[in-house]
Amino acid sequence: MSQATSQILPDADETAAGAGGPVIEVSHLNTHYGDRHVLKDLNLGIQPGEIMVIMGGSGSGKSTLLNHLLGLLHPTSGTVRILGRDISKLSQVELTKLRCKMGVAFQGGALFSSMTVGENIMLPLREHTKLDEQTMRIMARMKMEVVNLAGFEDLMPAELSGGMVKRAAFARAIIMDPKILFCDEPSAGLDPVVASAIDQLILNLRDAFGMTIVVVTHELESAFTIADRICVLDQGEIRIVGTPEEVRASEDARVQDLLNRRPEGQEQDPDAYLQRLTGGIH
Amino acid sequence: MAISRDGGVTGLLDRIGRAAVTGIGEVGYAATLLGEGVMWLVVGHARRQPVRIHQVFQQAMEIGVLAVPIVTVLAMTIGVMLAIQGIHTLRTFGAESRVTLGIALSVTREFAPLITGILVAGRSGSALAARIGTMRITQEIDALRVIGIAPVRFLVTPALLAMLVMVPVLTFWADCVALLGGGLFVSIDLGMSLGAYFDQVLDAIALDDVLHGLGKSAIFAVLIALIGVVNGASVTGGAEGVGRATTRAVVQAISAIVITDMIFVFLLTR
Ligand SMILES: Nc1ncnc2c1ncn2[C@@H]1O[C@H](COP(=O)(O)OP(=O)(O)O)[C@@H](O)[C@H]1O
Ligand SMILES: [Mg+2]
Repeated sequence: MSQATSQILPDADETAAGAGGPVIEVSHLNTHYGDRHVLKDLNLGIQPGEIMVIMGGSGSGKSTLLNHLLGLLHPTSGTVRILGRDISKLSQVELTKLRCKMGVAFQGGALFSSMTVGENIMLPLREHTKLDEQTMRIMARMKMEVVNLAGFEDLMPAELSGGMVKRAAFARAIIMDPKILFCDEPSAGLDPVVASAIDQLILNLRDAFGMTIVVVTHELESAFTIADRICVLDQGEIRIVGTPEEVRASEDARVQDLLNRRPEGQEQDPDAYLQRLTGGIH
Repeated sequence: MAISRDGGVTGLLDRIGRAAVTGIGEVGYAATLLGEGVMWLVVGHARRQPVRIHQVFQQAMEIGVLAVPIVTVLAMTIGVMLAIQGIHTLRTFGAESRVTLGIALSVTREFAPLITGILVAGRSGSALAARIGTMRITQEIDALRVIGIAPVRFLVTPALLAMLVMVPVLTFWADCVALLGGGLFVSIDLGMSLGAYFDQVLDAIALDDVLHGLGKSAIFAVLIALIGVVNGASVTGGAEGVGRATTRAVVQAISAIVITDMIFVFLLTR
C-alpha cells in the first residue's frame, strides 16, 4: 500500500468506522461445504486505498473467500467486517446500504443479458437513487469513458468481446463510486494485451478514485503487476500476506511451488497418494 | 439390475429416502419463495425495493399475450373434439341434442383451465426455470444481490404476479374459444343455430362453474411459477444443468397441475 496511500488519501468519512483501521477485516474465518473444511481460520486486514491480491491455485478457496467478503455466504465461525460492520449480522436494509459502497466485477462479467450495456451500468443508479434519466445516462457515459468503452451503451452484452464485457462489468461496479471494488479473475481468459490493459485499468481506478481494491486471481504476472500486497491462499489456508517482494522472498515451500508453477507436492507423501488412488482399499 | 448395483434394497431405500428429503426441501423452499414474493409486494416500497410494474407488464406480455395464438388453436380443437365425442356417445341413447350441457360444463370446469395450465407450464414455466438457472450459473443472481437488489423481488414477484393475472385471463379466453369451437361443430353436425347453442350453454352453466375453473387456474399459475423458480434456482453444472432443470420444471409443473385438478374434482364432488 505504498504508492496508493501516499498519492490519494481516502476521505475522512471513508474510514469513519475504523478511523484509520482496515476497510476489510477477516478474523478467524472458517467455512465448511458439508463436511469439508474449505477455509481454515483465516485472518486478513485490508487497508484503505490498497490493492490486495488474493492469489492461489484453483480450488484453494479464493472464490469462497470472495463470496464471504461480499456477504453472499455465511461462515461457520469467525467474522467478516466491512467498513467496521459485521456483514453477517446486518439487516436487509443495512446490508443494502453497505452494498452501495461496494462494487463487484464478476469473473464472467455477470451482465444482465436482457438489458443493454448502458442499462446494465445504470441499474444500480436506477435502484438506489432518484436521479432523472438524463443524469443517469450522463453518469453511465462518464464511467464508460473511464473504462474506455464510450459509445457502446446501446449494444447488448452478447455483442461484446470478452475484454469489453470485463470493462462493462467494471463500469457497472464503479457507477455508485464505491469505496471498495472487488474483482474476480479480472484477466482470466483474455489475451495478454487485453489482460494488461485491464491491469492498467485497475491501477488507474485506485489512483483516480482512491478505491480499496480486492482482486482474486491465479495469474502470477497480473498479481505482481498490480498488487500493493498479496495474500497467498493454499488449500484454504493463508500462507503469507505481504508485498510482492516479501512474497517472492518467502521461504514457504508451497508459496515457492506456486510462484514456480510447480504442481502440488503430492508425491511427498506416497502413502496418502496410494490411499487416494486406491480409494482406501488395501 | 440397477438396484443390485447400488447395494440391493438398502441402496434403493437410500435413494428413495434422499429423493424424499430433496422433495420436502423443495416444497419448503417453494413455500418460502411464495411468502417472500408476497412480502416484497407489500413491504417493497417501505424498504425502498418496490416491485417494478414495468417488469410485471413485460412478464405478462411474455406469459399471456404471446400465448394467445396457441391457446386459441388448442382451445378450439378441444371444443371441437368434445363436440364430436359427445355427439358420438349420446347418439347411442338418441340424446345428441343434450351435448351442449356436456360441452359447457367440461370446458369451463375442466378442459380450459387444464389445457391453459399445461400450455403455460410448457411455454413460460420452462422459460422461467431456464432464465433463472442461466442467471445463476453466469453469477447474474449474485450480481443482483451485491448491487443490493433482492433477487426474489426482482425476478420472482413480477413473474408470480404476471402468472396470477394472465393464466386466469387466458383460461377465460380458452373458455370462450372452446365453447365456440364446440358450437361450430354442433351447428354443422346437428343443424342447430349458433344462437340457440349459446342460449343452451348459458342455461347450462352457472357463474360458479366459470369461477371454479378460473380459481383453479390461479392455483395452477402459482404452481407453475414456483416450480419454475425452484428448479431454476437449484441449477448446478453449466448449460447442461439448465437443460435438465428446464425439463424437470415442465414435467413437475404438469404433474402438479393434473394432480391438483384431481384433488379438486374429488373434494368438490363429495
Ligand atoms: N458450492 C460448493 N459446494 C461444495 N464444495 C465447493 C463449493 N464451491 C467450492 N467448493 C469446493 O471448495 C474448494 C474451494 O473452492 P473455490 O473457492 O471455488 O476455489 P478457487 O476459487 O480458488 O478455485 C474447492 O475444493 C471446491 O471444490
Ligand atoms: Mg474460483
